[in-house]
Amino acid sequence: MDATEIGLWGVPLAILGGAIRVSTPFIFVSLGEAITERSGRINLGLEGTLVFGAMTAYAVAVMTNSPWLGLLAAAFAGLCFGLFHGWICKFPKVNDIAIGIALMLFGSGLAFFFGKPFIKPKAPNLPAIPFGGWSDIPQVQAALDVNVLFLIGAVLSVILWWAFRNTRAGLIVRVVGDSSDAARAMGLNPDTVRLLATGVGGALAGIGGAYLSLYYPGSWTERISSGQGLMAVALVIFARWNPLGCLAAALLFGGAGALGPALQSVGVTQGYYLFYAAPYILTLIIMIATSSPTRTLAGAPGELSITK
Amino acid sequence: MPALFGARGYSAALEWIARRAEAFVIPLAALVVGMALFSLFILAVGKSPVLLYETMWRGGFGSWFSVQNSLSRAAPLLLAALCVALPARLGLVVIGGEGAIVLGGVAAAAIGVALGGAPSSIVILAMGVAGMAAGGIWIGAVGALRYYRAVNETISSLLMAYIAIALMNQLVEGPLRDPASLNKPSTQPLADIYRIGNIPGMDVHWGLVVGVIACILSWVLIEKTRWGFAARIAGGNVRAAQVQGLAVGPLVVGFTALSGGFAGLAGMLEVAAVQGSANASLAAGYGYTGILVAFLARHNPLAIIPVAILLGGIDASGGLIQRRLDLPDATVLVLQGMIFVVILFSETFYGRFKAFNPDLWKRVG
Repeated sequence: MDATEIGLWGVPLAILGGAIRVSTPFIFVSLGEAITERSGRINLGLEGTLVFGAMTAYAVAVMTNSPWLGLLAAAFAGLCFGLFHGWICKFPKVNDIAIGIALMLFGSGLAFFFGKPFIKPKAPNLPAIPFGGWSDIPQVQAALDVNVLFLIGAVLSVILWWAFRNTRAGLIVRVVGDSSDAARAMGLNPDTVRLLATGVGGALAGIGGAYLSLYYPGSWTERISSGQGLMAVALVIFARWNPLGCLAAALLFGGAGALGPALQSVGVTQGYYLFYAAPYILTLIIMIATSSPTRTLAGAPGELSITK
Repeated sequence: MPALFGARGYSAALEWIARRAEAFVIPLAALVVGMALFSLFILAVGKSPVLLYETMWRGGFGSWFSVQNSLSRAAPLLLAALCVALPARLGLVVIGGEGAIVLGGVAAAAIGVALGGAPSSIVILAMGVAGMAAGGIWIGAVGALRYYRAVNETISSLLMAYIAIALMNQLVEGPLRDPASLNKPSTQPLADIYRIGNIPGMDVHWGLVVGVIACILSWVLIEKTRWGFAARIAGGNVRAAQVQGLAVGPLVVGFTALSGGFAGLAGMLEVAAVQGSANASLAAGYGYTGILVAFLARHNPLAIIPVAILLGGIDASGGLIQRRLDLPDATVLVLQGMIFVVILFSETFYGRFKAFNPDLWKRVG
């Protein structure tokens, strides 16, 4: 067999590579959302944060010629969006889901507003580590070119999984998420904890956005995000608010997202748009399969408005 | 309204006004605050807010031409906002109206082409029914999933919107594609007799009238019928509604299907009155602006009418702002986002002001 002609084997390989490549923003957004939701709030605005993070990272990377400064700026911008959501939701009668929708529109609007001049210039990319160097087959090399952010995200999900169980901060977030009254009885201020949890969640979503514009697809356009921020929210529910589950679910979604391009690369062009919709359909099916009208979801934070 | 004669009548009238003023004063104040914050934003990027609002007025309402332009844009917003407002009365946050608009447009275009040759009144009616059915099934499914499977309707409706857009692209580039549409894949153009024309004497299509009627009918449905009453009870407390023996399931599915039907009708009107065929222009964001309209109107179908015209005007002025002030076209999005956040924040002020609660007046001093 010719090394460059691997035929249909290219499909699973492209899906594997695609899963790693496409899943990274899902990992960061869903880990961020997991922290926020564990504290008892839901932030649907992460979609807007993702887009704004992508724009900020790209703009800063263009201006400073450093992708890492871009990443940092995106995280900071995400932090600001998250803190704003956390602050405004502490007022009585302010609905966290509705504020999330508003911030989704506002974040995208601001990103398009400031991002206009950065559609043309080229920004330096975040580096990837070529784990496929042992192979001569270009498809294998391409599939195993793993970006450092994926590795950081994977490690972070293990750390968070451990931290939720074993650290004081993890316990505080969980208590606040399960019962505001219990948290107050312990002398904790639920609003402050949620403010910080939403802020951290926003910062992680900003990093997810930076990955989009600085690595894959690696440019800034107004169509950079197609609902990843929103799917990540559904993914957190599927993952039962468990960071390790978030990692697994993100890989699954990444694989589904890579299905269309993978099939196209071997010449299957029929139904391209339907394959493009695969992650959304998968999300919907998973939501239907895991929800139930009669029992509350296992592991759901008690204060979360989405499961009440 | 109570009698206006004599001192007691006067104070009773004052109380009547005060009780109702809250629902007007707080959203209007929020609108003004949102625009003021946007002025600061415009100042910060080095432009003149005075010039901006002047341009916005001129582009949206300053001339008969621009008023007609605003009204044309308000037409789909009316129906898209109903798609958010009706479920909201049941306590559901449905934000995927864009999907129903897109599919309604595709269904209407397909029927319009398939029935080519039939009398125009029948075809236009069939297109309206097809658009409403497609949108109704799409959002009705969201309601059914919510009630029978407890699937969160906010997320599912938005996912369904993405799926709907993919479905439209697949259909428009595949089985329904007009081979003559090269650069912009579209369905076959509708024959001229199947197009919906303008209101006599205006450059605004009949969709505006349809939208206004839909808003009035929705208001009657919610405020004056037993179904609307049942929906409001279920929206307040599902358990209480079930204890009362209300069939909450059919109520949820019926209301979401109707709201999706309205959005689908908006798609049909876009096809029959504006585009002439179904193509990617159907996903123009009316569904998302409709969310803002519904929240600004606090989900009151009658209030949707002025709010949709206002936002249609802001939308219409986008191009002029872009040219006159050299600002990106997303400027309007930023303004809408700011107004949206402030409006939601203003919810916290309801019931906080003594001026709106006559029961508290007597205790003063």
